[in-house]
Amino acid sequence: MSDSGTIQMSRPTGRVPEGAPVKIASRDVNLWYGEKQALFGIDLDVPDNHVTALIGPSGCGKSTFLRCLNRMNDTIDIARVAGDIRLDGEDIYAKAIDPVQLRARVGMVFQKPNPFPKSIYENVAYGPRIHGIATSKKQIDEIVVTSLQKASLWEEVKDRLDEPGTGLSGGQQQRLCIARAIAVSPEVILMDEPCSALDPIATDRIEQLILELKENYCIAIVTHSMSQAARVSQRTAFFHLGYLVEVGDTADIFTNPQDKRTQDYITGRFG
Amino acid sequence: MSGPSDSERIAISEIVARGIRRRRAAEARFKTYGAIAILIAIAFLLTLFATIFSNGISAFTQTHIRLELALDPALIDPDGTRDPEKLKSGNYRKIIETALFSRLNVDAKSPDARLARLMLSDFSHYELRDRVVGNPDLVGTTESVWLPAHSNIDQYIKGAIKKETPNERRLVKDQQIAWADELAAAGDLKRTFNRYLFTRGASSKPELAGLEVALIGSFWMMLIVLVFAVPIGVSAAVYLEEFAKKNSLNDIIEVNINNLAAVPSIVFGILGLAVFVNTIGLPRSTPVVGGLVLTLMTLPTIIIATRAALKAVPPSIREAALGVGASKMQSIFHHVLPLSAPAVLTGTIIGLAQALGETAPLLIVGLFAFVVQAPATPFDSSSALPVQIYLWATYQERGFVERTSAGIIVLLAFMIGMNLLAIILRSRFERRW
Repeated sequence: MSDSGTIQMSRPTGRVPEGAPVKIASRDVNLWYGEKQALFGIDLDVPDNHVTALIGPSGCGKSTFLRCLNRMNDTIDIARVAGDIRLDGEDIYAKAIDPVQLRARVGMVFQKPNPFPKSIYENVAYGPRIHGIATSKKQIDEIVVTSLQKASLWEEVKDRLDEPGTGLSGGQQQRLCIARAIAVSPEVILMDEPCSALDPIATDRIEQLILELKENYCIAIVTHSMSQAARVSQRTAFFHLGYLVEVGDTADIFTNPQDKRTQDYITGRFG
Repeated sequence: MSGPSDSERIAISEIVARGIRRRRAAEARFKTYGAIAILIAIAFLLTLFATIFSNGISAFTQTHIRLELALDPALIDPDGTRDPEKLKSGNYRKIIETALFSRLNVDAKSPDARLARLMLSDFSHYELRDRVVGNPDLVGTTESVWLPAHSNIDQYIKGAIKKETPNERRLVKDQQIAWADELAAAGDLKRTFNRYLFTRGASSKPELAGLEVALIGSFWMMLIVLVFAVPIGVSAAVYLEEFAKKNSLNDIIEVNINNLAAVPSIVFGILGLAVFVNTIGLPRSTPVVGGLVLTLMTLPTIIIATRAALKAVPPSIREAALGVGASKMQSIFHHVLPLSAPAVLTGTIIGLAQALGETAPLLIVGLFAFVVQAPATPFDSSSALPVQIYLWATYQERGFVERTSAGIIVLLAFMIGMNLLAIILRSRFERRW
């Protein structure tokens, strides 16, 4: 930890602002894909009830870092993670932690809407059912309704819950995926470029939804769109070539970047 | 930056135009070759079907001769007990002969008597015996019974033996032809559906040879293949594709599985003989051994088809399942496997169809036995459909020639049925979403 600290003198600490409780604290996270190192000593605190945007050019490691937070990288054979990531102070890479259990607490929404090829109802009911959160039909019905309501999809699908989720439009599918993530009552929702496959109107609806969801969840979102980061997030972290270059309040990052690279990126000089 | 001049532009477009003509011609030539190849294939297929059907369709009918049989108690039930066990040893041959001679006006001592006996199947008295044993009340009555004709008479009626052939070179003599024509004119000789083809086993007499044993044997074997090959094959594929680490050992296993699919089937027969018969001690000539050998042979097909199907499931579905906290196994069994089910099913049925038509390994483990009695369990001696066809093909009699083709028709019918089933099941599974 101290090694990379000395190499990069101005390594950002990513401490959250006063008053906001830290939900996820990562310290000196390094990640290798085989021989190639993809993340270098990332220290980042993700505050609760805030939206934290991870931005940066393609291949900068922002998605990779996001996937460390629910141990999705475990599914990649050649990926190896070192460092310390704590969820509410608990080390999520500890031996006692089961990634399956972790993912019930840290939900994820992917770049491409990926509903199961099952009914809308089954898509939402699946999570609660496998975790045993709800057992009776009535309880599950309730979860499905509230989850779809929270994902602001209920009004559009309430009459066709039995139809396949894959038959919805792209934006609806993505909201269905959000409903599916919410259904297991996670504490954190990770979003990996959730709007990159959507048109502007669908994007707008998702962004509205993200702002509503932040009241109850800790949200981390990877995005390629700087305007989106500016619209939905309160905190922004800029990644470059596997390093966390700068992190701070979104307003500060966009108006007064401290690092030259951040400035170049947000002014569109590269990326 | 100035573009090409007008003259340059014309020259270029001329070169392109010349090239286009050549390219179009090449495309047209290629299309023609393709069409010719397809036409040749269709022609072969049609020839095959035409040959098999024209040879085999006649085996689905069998000539019968009607006789008025006086079921004399003195011959079949001298004690008058009507006991089925006793009835079995009655002299039915005598009853039939008496009726036959009187019907054809032949003296039992005349030289024609031998020809008259050859009008009916050698085993037609068994037919009568079974009837009487099944219904002892018939004893003492006069019954009008249709009895199977001799194979040669059958072949004459079907036109395979021709009147024009000189008498001495013909299997059916002039006298027999006269009788047969007379019987047919009187309505006492006719072709009916040949149920023996499906209700009897091996026989040296073509008119009484059937596929029953072979069908039951093949059924048991298919059941065994289904029960063993599908679960083992699918689990092996799931393990290799989803759980096994990518290391050199697994690479070797993968290469070997692919190679196994191309190993000549007779090798599997020898393997089965060594392992199942000689080492484990399962009885030879039985469907259980044949089924296990075919299981070994089908496994690579199922594993390869299943792995390809699993690979084809988009990774986003796995991520979605893992993302909501499904375990790896839940993500596979709830999402990946159901999505690949249609392709797995198709692979399985193709593997089964392949196994159904396999002959060589079954010959090695002894499934060519001459079995008359239908196997009650997979541990009884049996035959198999393709082996039965092979055996019939080695016999000389005309009756077996047509039965060979009939057997092929039955086999093809099963193949087409199984493939149809695969298509129906696949489309049903796919229609769900």
